[in-house]
Amino acid sequence: MAPSPVNRTATTESIDGRFYLPFSRGQQKADFVLDVDFSVPGSGVTGIFGPSGSGKTTLLRCIAGLQACAQSNLRVNGETWQSAAPQAINLPVHRRPIGYVFQQPSLFPHLTAGGNLAFARKRSAQPVSTESYNEIVRLMGLENLLGARPESLSGGEKQRVSIARALLVKPRLLLMDEPLAALDLARKREILPYLEKLHQSLDIPVLYVSHSIEEIARLADHLLLMDSGKIQRAGPATELLSCTDFPVQLGDDLGVLLEAQVTARDSKWKLMRAQFAGGEFWLRDSGESAGEKIRIRVLARDVSLTRSEDQQSSILNRLPMRVQEITADTDPAMVLVQMAPRDAGLPPGDTRLNSTHIIARITRRSLHQLALEENSPVWAQIKSVAIVR
Amino acid sequence: MLSDSDLAAIWLTLRLATTVTLLLMVLGTPLAYWLARTRSWWKGPVSALVTLPLVLPPTVLGFYLLVFMGPQGPLGKLTESLGLGTLPFTFPGLVIASLLYSLPFVVQPIQNAIEAQGQRPAEVAATLRAGPWDSFWHVTLPLAKPGLITAAVLGFAHTVGEFGVILMIGGNIPGVTKVVSIQIYDHVEALEYSQAHWLSAAMLIFSFSVLLALYVLQRRKTAGGWRYGP
Repeated sequence: MAPSPVNRTATTESIDGRFYLPFSRGQQKADFVLDVDFSVPGSGVTGIFGPSGSGKTTLLRCIAGLQACAQSNLRVNGETWQSAAPQAINLPVHRRPIGYVFQQPSLFPHLTAGGNLAFARKRSAQPVSTESYNEIVRLMGLENLLGARPESLSGGEKQRVSIARALLVKPRLLLMDEPLAALDLARKREILPYLEKLHQSLDIPVLYVSHSIEEIARLADHLLLMDSGKIQRAGPATELLSCTDFPVQLGDDLGVLLEAQVTARDSKWKLMRAQFAGGEFWLRDSGESAGEKIRIRVLARDVSLTRSEDQQSSILNRLPMRVQEITADTDPAMVLVQMAPRDAGLPPGDTRLNSTHIIARITRRSLHQLALEENSPVWAQIKSVAIVR
Repeated sequence: MLSDSDLAAIWLTLRLATTVTLLLMVLGTPLAYWLARTRSWWKGPVSALVTLPLVLPPTVLGFYLLVFMGPQGPLGKLTESLGLGTLPFTFPGLVIASLLYSLPFVVQPIQNAIEAQGQRPAEVAATLRAGPWDSFWHVTLPLAKPGLITAAVLGFAHTVGEFGVILMIGGNIPGVTKVVSIQIYDHVEALEYSQAHWLSAAMLIFSFSVLLALYVLQRRKTAGGWRYGP
């Protein structure tokens, strides 16, 4: 794609922004302040995660230019979209090379599905070839829906048309604001594979707002965690979704996210073996072929601990681990035990974030009975492992 | 049946209503758009002014227009200095008076239609690289179509039914300012009841048909409104 000669100074592949935006009712002090300063990779999917009202959507609207923000800076892959100094720049929304998918599927009701797509295609930054148009239509599975009027489409179909429409302006940054939140579970399941395909087949950086840990675990490569208008933490998704002190309360959803590779399939027992940095798992065979990369999630509540290996157990995955850290859970009866693979040979006191680990959520009483402390050898029994993608 | 002067009055009325409707659609649409979208302090006073003809007795409006356009009024002085004479008792004078009188009937439906869209369609259009002008023509106006139709029909029908203002500033000049409503008044004054009946019935049927068509149309149109969610 042709970069515009103005504004383009470096080819740094990152999205850097700073927004300060107080919201107030009346003359009193601000009720809510968006105050963020971030830098995320200029490729892949960056999840923006946080509870409702944490400012995720406001941040996305600021990046799109839909929300005016005087005190702001925004550079996307070397191009300045917004800056206060040294020179005031503020690209209007229609000049920003973005695609935006709203939470509610917002198709133009006076146009058909195909008309909505044509609206975008006609205004695209670069001409959209017929092949590329057909590819996007196929990617979102819209071949048979183009003649339909929006009111006759289901919520899931409308959202697929919205996504295709956003792609047809040939954006250099795709912004998605909880595109699945307005849909029921069945519709979510219908759309998620399309989003994954999108991730694999298009080389556009995506900012993906969600309050669903499931969607984030499945889609995000990188993560911004937000709460009360501020960014609490930023980093690779696998790292942030595997820490015991995750700043947003997850409760039963706390766990670790691991990248693994399918190494073998066992047709007799309908199982497959997956290798991750700290060992291997047996998983139910879900059709992946050997060598395929998968992402798996192990929830802390699905991990139990034994001092010695229990050969008589029905639990298939038993891993020799060493306790790294024991932290309090939000529930006073429970603790979180973070463990590293025993043969990974980690020196004690290693920074926990850059190594693979597993977390178990057990009662304080069990902790006491097993007499666990830092560096204790322990067997982790993993009751279930979810393949998130 | 209808006499030649009745037909002249009908022709004049249609000419007046068409001219006024066309002008009002051109002038009223941007005004309605501004009222629907502005956050300016002026929104209140401007809305009040636009709505004023709805509540004011037509004679009051007519009286001020007569003064304003008369030889001593500011507009009258201007038109006289331009060599156009004064506007009262002329067709252009009727057009100006009708513009003011029918303004709220055109502005309000359009304003409501644009307000009911909310910001979302325009925001979506902007993210699809449509500039403000593009977005106005290809999103805001098409979505406001039911409102635009209502505005045109109401503006036309209301101008056809105008009486008080016209009597005040236009008087009763056949072929120039004598519209149907005044013709009917004249018939009644002259005790020509059967003539008055013919014209009145025509007006009644016309107004009813217009409103009926409008409501039937609206019922179908609401199905295409902007809706959220699955």
